Order: sequence, then C-alpha cells, then structure tokens
Amino acid sequence: MFDALTDRLGNIFGRLRSRGKLSESDINAVMAEVRTALLEADVNLKVAKQFQDKITERCLQSEIHKALNPAQQVIKIVNDELVEILGGQALNLTYSDKPPTVVLLAGLQGVGKTTNAVKLAKWFKSQGRNPILIGADLQRPAAVEQLRVLARDVDIPVFSESADPIKVARNGLNEAISTGRDVLICDTAGRLSVDEDLMNEIRQISDEIKPHYTFLVIDAMTGQEAVNVADSFNEKLTLDGMILTKLDGDSRGGAALSAKTIVGKPIAFASTGEKVEDFEVFHPDRLASRILGMGDVLTLIEKAEDAFDEKEAQRAADRLLSGQFNLEDFLEQMQQLKKMGPLQNIVGMMPDLPQGVNPDDVDESRFTRLEAIITSMTYEERDRPEIIDGSRRSRIAKGSGTSIQEVSLLLKQFKEIKRMMKGAVKPNKRKKKKSSKGQKGKQNPRAKRGINKPANDFDLSEFGSFKS
Amino acid sequence: MKKISTELENTRKTFSLFSRLKRNSQVDNDLWNEIEDALIQADVGVVATSRIIDVLQAKSKEMKLSTTQSILDLLKEQLKSSLQKFNTELKVGGNPSVWVFVGVNGVGKTTSVAKVANLKIQENERIVLAAGDTFRAAASEQLERWADSCGAELIKGADGADPSSVIYDATEYAYAKNASLVLADTAGRLHTKSNLMQELEKIIRVANKGNGTVTEILLVLDATVGQNGLQQAKSFAESVDLTGIILTKLDGSSKGGIIFAIAEELGIPIKLIGIGEGKEDLIPFDPELIVEKILDF
Repeated sequence: MFDALTDRLGNIFGRLRSRGKLSESDINAVMAEVRTALLEADVNLKVAKQFQDKITERCLQSEIHKALNPAQQVIKIVNDELVEILGGQALNLTYSDKPPTVVLLAGLQGVGKTTNAVKLAKWFKSQGRNPILIGADLQRPAAVEQLRVLARDVDIPVFSESADPIKVARNGLNEAISTGRDVLICDTAGRLSVDEDLMNEIRQISDEIKPHYTFLVIDAMTGQEAVNVADSFNEKLTLDGMILTKLDGDSRGGAALSAKTIVGKPIAFASTGEKVEDFEVFHPDRLASRILGMGDVLTLIEKAEDAFDEKEAQRAADRLLSGQFNLEDFLEQMQQLKKMGPLQNIVGMMPDLPQGVNPDDVDESRFTRLEAIITSMTYEERDRPEIIDGSRRSRIAKGSGTSIQEVSLLLKQFKEIKRMMKGAVKPNKRKKKKSSKGQKGKQNPRAKRGINKPANDFDLSEFGSFKS
Repeated sequence: MKKISTELENTRKTFSLFSRLKRNSQVDNDLWNEIEDALIQADVGVVATSRIIDVLQAKSKEMKLSTTQSILDLLKEQLKSSLQKFNTELKVGGNPSVWVFVGVNGVGKTTSVAKVANLKIQENERIVLAAGDTFRAAASEQLERWADSCGAELIKGADGADPSSVIYDATEYAYAKNASLVLADTAGRLHTKSNLMQELEKIIRVANKGNGTVTEILLVLDATVGQNGLQQAKSFAESVDLTGIILTKLDGSSKGGIIFAIAEELGIPIKLIGIGEGKEDLIPFDPELIVEKILDF
C-alpha cells in the first residue's frame, strides 16, 4: 500500500531512459501505472480512465521524454491535475437577504450527516451567524436525540417533532423565521441512492424548504459506487457542494475525485474526526497527495498528536531546549513514538521519501535495543549519564542483552545530539553565575570542573555542564 | 429473515454489467477487459481482480472453453467457490456466550445487533443486549429503542462510562438471569486510532473475565467501502480474534467486492448479510447471492 507511485514510475522510466524518445506504448505503460494507483485509491474506473486520457495529453504536451526526471514530472502533472479537479472554484458562500439561509444535508446511511450538521452549525456560529438545526431524520432510532445532545454542547437550538420528515422540515423553517435564525441546517435520514421512494422523499423536503445550499455528505472510504451515488443525488437535488467525512482514517479518498468529477461542485468541507471541532475547510492539495499514496502529512501529524500527550511534548521540548534532556526523556519519546504504530507505517506515511529509502527497510529492532539499554539503567544513570563508568556499562549491557560497545555508542550519540541541540539554542540574556567568572567558557569543561577522566573512558562531562 | 428478492431487484435491473455481452459469442480480448472492468467496479480491487482473471484464463484454456457464456459460468463458479470454504456458523459455548460487534464508524453495528437480537428472540432464546457504545451521543438510546422493539433486555451505562464495564455488567446480569447470549454493541472506531484499538482489546479481555465467554467477535463491514475494507479487516484482526464478518447495506448499489481480498488474505468468514434498516433485514451468508450481485447475471 505504501509502494510510492514514484518508485513504480521510476522503474519504468529507468528502463526506458536509454531509448530516448518515448513511444506510444511507453506512454501507455506509464499511464497504466497511474491508473492502477488511482484504482487502488478507490477512484471510479470510468473516472480514472477519463483522468488518464487527460494526463496523457498533458504529458505529451509537456514533452515528458525530454525531462531530466520524467517520473517526477509525471507525478507533478498528475498531482496538479488532481488538485485542479478537486479544488477549482471554491464554494462562495453567500447569505440570503431573506433569512434564513437554508442548508440541506443528504447522503447514504452512516456517512456522518448528523455529526456534520452540528459541525456545520458550529462553523456558521463561528462566522457570526445564528443557526438552527432541524432534526428531520425520523427513520433512525434516537437520531434526533443524537442531534440534540451534540447541539446542546455547542449551544445551538434543535427543532424536531414526530411527524413526517417533510412536515418537520416545513415547520422547522417556520420556527427559524419566527425565532429570527439566519441559518437553517436540515439533517435528513440516510438513504440509498437506489431507493426510489426515499429519493423522492428528499426531493419533496427540498421542494418544501427550498435550500440555498444542498450538500452531499460523502464518506472518504466509499468505493467505486461513489460516482453513481453522487450522480443520483445530484440528479434528484442539484447539489451545491459536498462534505467529505472520516478523513482521519487511512483510506486514500479516491471517492472524492469520482464525486467531484461527476457533480462538478466544490468539496466545501472536510471532517477529520468524531468530535465537533474536527471540521475544516477542504484542502484539495492534501487530498491529492493522499489519493496518489504520496503520504499524508496531516494524518502523520494527527497520529503524532494522538500518541504524544501535548503536555508531555511541551515539557520534553522545554527540557531539550534548556539542555536538560536526559536519557529518561529520550526513552519517553521513543515510547510515545511506538504508540503511533509500526515504524514502517509511520515512515511509509512520510511524503517524498528519498529514492531508495524503502519503508520495508526500517529496522524497528534497533529501537527495541535502544529501549532495552535505557531501561536497564537506573533512573540516576538516565538522568546523569556521566556517572556511567565501565562497570555500570557492563551491567547495563548484560541486563539489556546487548554489548558494551552498543551501550557506549548510545551514550556517545546521545551526547552528540545534545551538542547539536545546544548549538540550536540561541544564547539568551541569562545572568552570568558568579562561579563562572573567569572561566574559559564551555570549551574546556574538564579544566573548569577539575575532573581527571581516565583516558579510555568517554568524556561525559558535557552532560554536566548543561545543568542549571 | 426477510426474502431478498425485492431489495436486490432494484440494483440488478439498473446495473447489469454483462447484459450487453452476447452470450454465445466467441472469446476475444474484449471479454477479459469487460470482466476486469466489472470486477474493479464491484470493488474487488486491482490485485484480487488480476489474480481472479489469471486463474480464470488458465482454467478456460485447460477446459478449452470457447464461448462467452461458458467462461462467465466458470467465473461465477470460481468466485462462489472462493467464498464457499467458510464455516458460517455463529458459535456459542459460554454461560452466557458473548458476541461482540466491532467496526469503524457508521457501518451498521447497532442496527446489526438489533437484527441478530430479533432473530434470536424469534428462536426463543433469552438474550441481553449490552450498550457498549458509551462514546457517541445517544448511542445507548438508539439501542434501547431497538431493545424495546425486539423485546430484549438492555444493560447500559452512563455517558462516557467504561465500555468494558458495561459489557461485563451485561454478562453478569445475563448469568444471573439465565440468559444464554449477550450481544455487545461497541463504539465505531477507525482502525488507525491505536488507543481505540487498545480499548477494544480491553473490552474483549474484560468480557471474558466474568461468567461470559466471548465466542464471536464480528466485524461489521459496509458493502459501500472500497479498498480500505481490507485494511480495516487486517487492522481489526491484528487487535482482536475476528471470528466473522457481517456485510451490511448490500441492498444498495455497492457490491462489496472487497470481501474476495479479505477471504483470500485473511480467511475470515462472512456469516451474515444486512439488506436494509429494519430488524428483519438480515440473511445468512449466501455466496450465490453475493456473486450474482457482483456479476449481475
């Protein structure tokens, strides 16, 4: 899954390099790879074919065969084309001069309409509006209850009643007008695009409340049928935009490209989690990278945020910058990193892996060994590694099942890291300590401390000099 | 359980992919492309499709098949047999047995619990439902409505309560009341969230701690899902011992083709199929049905 398209294209172009001009079948081979990548990302087959034709045209126009790095060029063209299709004209949200501005949400079952109705309402509120939510999903048990609970947390009123959805919508609109609300968001029941009765029902709801904006809520993990679903809803309702949900998962999201291609209306918002805050304006470039399997930095960051406790991270950063970072801190960071999942997956999520770096080559076991070494140290040793003399190192090596050389290497490398971090910290206007008067500075810590270190021991006194 | 004919007729008529193929024409490259396109559009996936076609081509050659119809028949048999090896029995064996319903958000776990509850009650079993989704707003209310509708007892906790303890309480309650089966709903969780997957592992551990025995851990999978379905199954299987899959929303236009890759790579049996939002809309796994929906003939 993390086989970068770059690698595969790189291989093809590598084989073709010697031949100079690319033949039609060469181009086809390249395009086949692009298409495979799109299909694996759940882009609908017909959409992928159409896209492939467009890309072929653009590649030929830009004379790919003459490029220095044709694989990268192709990727760039594909990426740019994706961004163009996914982005394009942004949704220009304007408010009706006869309030309320009516928004209707539609979609299949389970995509996240109810949750996103509240998210959208909260968003409107943040824009200074006065929204009301209409609970017109009378099909799913406790759907209105769900809406009420979520809306209560963000202090937005909900209107619903036990009637039929069309009546609820109509009465909800009246309620909005009489209570002076300027935005109305109507949640509806999930419905299959092939259910004629229910599709007619939502058409009737739409006719009743005459939405200014109708959004299709679509799940980012939808497969090939996304195109037909989007088409059906668009035909029935004339969509104004889409909301793409569950982007916090790891699906490539090709359904969005399919839907966008067939509907032609903007993907307005992206939902990136279960909480009401997890809602943002859609970023086409992020999704483009994701579809291409180029890595999703946002997901990576979110994974990191999930795994790393924010307070802990801040504390660690502070300690690192003040030079107090010790092996205990380092161990903690490694353990937090482990929480993000297998290292291979994390590396695989990184975009632009240098050529030749393969996530499969990542050696998780080295981290395990480092972990073992540190956990075999006493807390004092982790805090003040300078006390780790020969006999301690021997004990640590035995306890961790490693060797004295590995232990020494860890200590040496850690020391180097600290030295590098020290260079990264800008000197601030600290009061000079009385005891440091007249010293030659940090170049000669041995002299300053008057310590005589045995020649064959590692100089760990650097660690000591960072202590405040 | 409900008769499926009307639900699936809907999709069959509109999406007949092979209807334009002349049934008794000779075999040419177009046929293999058509088959490939049909499988891809059914969410079977690039790799699985390629595998299927390789086998199909080899066998057709071996059997010297020369008409479109004969090859399509062979394809149908091939697909069916790759799904038929499964044991689809829902296991019991505890006092009470516990069946845990897991999956990502929005797939139909709660509704599936209701459907299975309905089925068991119709079979005169005494069951207890556990509202193990303590996260989502009004999730236990939703299950409570279903419990009332089916005539099943429900154990629920406060909002934000520990799901493990709610399910544990349900098992002890079931034991005390001589109920043979606990159906445990859980919160939807994306498999990418390690803390939620850990929570799930804990749920299973704790569910086994008292008198209950977890005999089924059922992954509820939405037929609408694309290739990510395989990743979902893999990730969940890494955390817990999945014993079966419930494939939902097969009454929609999606074909659920990802199940072939899941069958091939993970060998997890599909035990039940959901074909609607009502409590009767549940049928046992039927390879013929799935394959017909995928191939549409």
